[in-house]
Amino acid sequence: MDLNTFWFLLVGILLTGYAVLDGFDLGTGPLLLCARSDQERRIFLNAIGPVWNGNEVWLVTGVGALFAAFPQVYATVFSGFYDVFMLLLAALIFRAVAIEFRSQRPGKRWRTTWDLAFAISSGLSAFLLGVAFGNIVWGIPLDSAREFQGNLLTLLQPYALLTGFTAVVLFIMHANVYLVLKTDGPLQEKLMNWTRLTVTGYLACFVAMNAMTLLGCPHIVGAFRQRPLILGPLFLAALLVTFNVLREIQKKRPGRAFASSCAALVLHFLLFGAAVYPNLVYSTPNHAYDLNIYNGASTQKTLGFMFVVAIIGVPIVLIYTITVYYIFRGKVVLTDESY
Amino acid sequence: MSTEILSRIQFALTVSFHFLFPPMSIGLGLMLVVIQGLRLWTGKQLYVDMARFWTRVFGLIFGIGVATGIPMEFQFGTNWARYARFVGDIFGSPLAIEGIYAFFLESGFLALLLFGWHKIGPRMHFFSTCMVALGTLFSAIWILVANSWMQTPGGYHLVREVKVVAEGKQYPMNADLSGQPFTIKEVPLPADYVVTPEDVPHVRAVIDDFRAVILNRSTLDRLCHTVLACWISGSFLVVAVSSWWLLRGRHMDLARGSLKIGVAVATLACLLQMVAADSTARGVSRDQPTKLAAMEGLGASRKEAPMGVVGVVRWKRDAGGQIVGVEENAIRIPSLLSILVSGDFLHPVEASETEVKGLAELPPDGFLLRRYPGASAEELAKVRPQYWPNVPVLFQTYHLMISLGVALVGIALLACVLWWTGKLWDTRLRFVRAFLWLLVLTPVLAEIAVQAGWFTTEMGRQPWVVYQVLKTSDAASLVVKPPQALSSIILFSMVYLLLTVLFFRLFIRMVRKGPTTEAGGRDLPETWQPLSLKSGRQTGG
Repeated sequence: MDLNTFWFLLVGILLTGYAVLDGFDLGTGPLLLCARSDQERRIFLNAIGPVWNGNEVWLVTGVGALFAAFPQVYATVFSGFYDVFMLLLAALIFRAVAIEFRSQRPGKRWRTTWDLAFAISSGLSAFLLGVAFGNIVWGIPLDSAREFQGNLLTLLQPYALLTGFTAVVLFIMHANVYLVLKTDGPLQEKLMNWTRLTVTGYLACFVAMNAMTLLGCPHIVGAFRQRPLILGPLFLAALLVTFNVLREIQKKRPGRAFASSCAALVLHFLLFGAAVYPNLVYSTPNHAYDLNIYNGASTQKTLGFMFVVAIIGVPIVLIYTITVYYIFRGKVVLTDESY
Repeated sequence: MSTEILSRIQFALTVSFHFLFPPMSIGLGLMLVVIQGLRLWTGKQLYVDMARFWTRVFGLIFGIGVATGIPMEFQFGTNWARYARFVGDIFGSPLAIEGIYAFFLESGFLALLLFGWHKIGPRMHFFSTCMVALGTLFSAIWILVANSWMQTPGGYHLVREVKVVAEGKQYPMNADLSGQPFTIKEVPLPADYVVTPEDVPHVRAVIDDFRAVILNRSTLDRLCHTVLACWISGSFLVVAVSSWWLLRGRHMDLARGSLKIGVAVATLACLLQMVAADSTARGVSRDQPTKLAAMEGLGASRKEAPMGVVGVVRWKRDAGGQIVGVEENAIRIPSLLSILVSGDFLHPVEASETEVKGLAELPPDGFLLRRYPGASAEELAKVRPQYWPNVPVLFQTYHLMISLGVALVGIALLACVLWWTGKLWDTRLRFVRAFLWLLVLTPVLAEIAVQAGWFTTEMGRQPWVVYQVLKTSDAASLVVKPPQALSSIILFSMVYLLLTVLFFRLFIRMVRKGPTTEAGGRDLPETWQPLSLKSGRQTGG
């Protein structure tokens, strides 16, 4: 494995970590509207309370690693997706405002308004992340200087809208399973019933998205022909693991269900990574300007130095992150300091 | 307005809003370590209450810091794509290191600090506090490494991408080879190469030496100066809240204890800051003389150069409205600038003979001649002002920072005197009440000084984004159009306005509510009880 591949993997791991962790708190937003009483909504919010802020660190670090390892990709994608990313940033910050403002006053109208704001900004964040990923898979028009040749409408094409929608449904499913893990009693029963809808909804989106990929992205079909023994099993595993979420819920094993949901996200990203590798940005229609992990990368010297930095730092991060999550395991208890 | 100007406005807006919070959290991080350390040492319940209160404040400030920090990580790519391509090989690394080593450390252990009172014991809690404080320090280090490299770049060389065809002939990247197969290669450029706007997509800086990048000429000076400024901000925040409680007659024990710790740390940091600030300014006089001359509004080079205290600097323009020089009209301390630049405080008479270069000679002729080969002296004088930063504004921000800094040193020392004589606690005295109200304002003064300092250093770098290598006008994204940048500025302004309201509401509510001493800390597990009441083991929970 060369350094460029290592960094492709590491950026992938960081962004997957972001999706797995921030996924459930983004998905909690829309689910909040399905909860009836204020008590239930507070339990939802406090399930993500101690962690949602820290989860966003994965995004910051993932973006930083992308900048360090693949600056050309960072520059092309971030300037090209300007409107999408600016809206994403605003939505991500607005969520923080909404979740805090909500608990300022007990009034019903006040809380319902901020709940709606939280739900919309969370859902929008998930949707925009999905749109960005969709465009990366589908390809974007680039010129010889690797600058994006399009506008907001180029980015809001049908495929990207579908991947955006899929991201929302995926995160809602993930949040649903996370909340099952974090609650008990009748509320847990209720959340378990919801999983039938959220999981099947996600499965439908997943299949539709893959169908559209195979129909519309010749470069991905090419990758499928090239490495069917990797992509085929990954696809099947992603499907099976998602089905397993339902099975574990039926067997009343929320821990395993959440593990399956995380695994579904990880497999989803693996499938994405294995399909595009070694490409990072497809230039559609002119593939001469594609950006890959070689022509978009920093020098070997930088990648080598950062390899040492990461190989020491990332395991330490994983150890204490897992420790912190382990310390906070268990059901939500509402106290004075809760939201 | 152009995308470049709008992007600069947006970056200034987002980064200065963001940087209202990290100074307080870096400073509070240190305070928390001191408080928790005292609690472990003395075992007093007072310090547990204190730590619980200030940890909540830290959590609020850190949360807003994270939320407003995300746009910073994005904007190098969204608004400054050409910059990102040009410096990516060097500049991205410190940002990634900051993420891996600092942000995870802060956020992971902060969760334990905020929500772990019932789950971990005092020793583990102290360890977590140290990790959070260390995380805040690491983040300061790596972002200052990145920023200092923009001010005093080192440890790199420039390369140009070229197309190489089969027989080894090289063509520029925009050459049309009519289907001939080629490979892309990077060829090194000479050290004194002048980057032109046409070069930018295909020329970039690549790394030679990581040591020289990380410890570039200004890193250590600027790191010390900034971290001390953060400690000053954080400790004065503690001082301000404690003073307010004293004035209101609330939580008196806690207020006295916090005030003592706050004043002690603030005084120490203020005194150290005088050394660090002096060293930073001397570094600027050595590495960025144009910036120093602009900060002081110094037109002609001279010995016995004075230092301004307060006043105005205006542009001097010719009949056609072109900038030709500066006019300074200020109260000045004679020879002080020369003495400070020489750094020889023991021999002020000799030191005042040090010549300080003025804007009339900066940037030097040699630098300009590389950009305008064969230009005459008059032509050089004509183009020179293009390489000056905005002197009138810079003079103001720089002297605002200095005035506030000196005022804070005075306030800290006066607080020490009053503490020493015991008068500080006698809140019936009118003078003491007035002084406590002044203390309530100190964090605002510190924040303004920090912002003014950053405006000085960043505006003083203009017109360069990488000092004397890459111009800011060649760094903005090409594909972003002015309406897009304008709408994102409006979007950020609205969200940040809400954040400001939120911050003040939450902060004021926290201060009003004060420490939750109703339960006397008895809601915590036994391990947190004062030593005299404790019967069992040290850790657990």
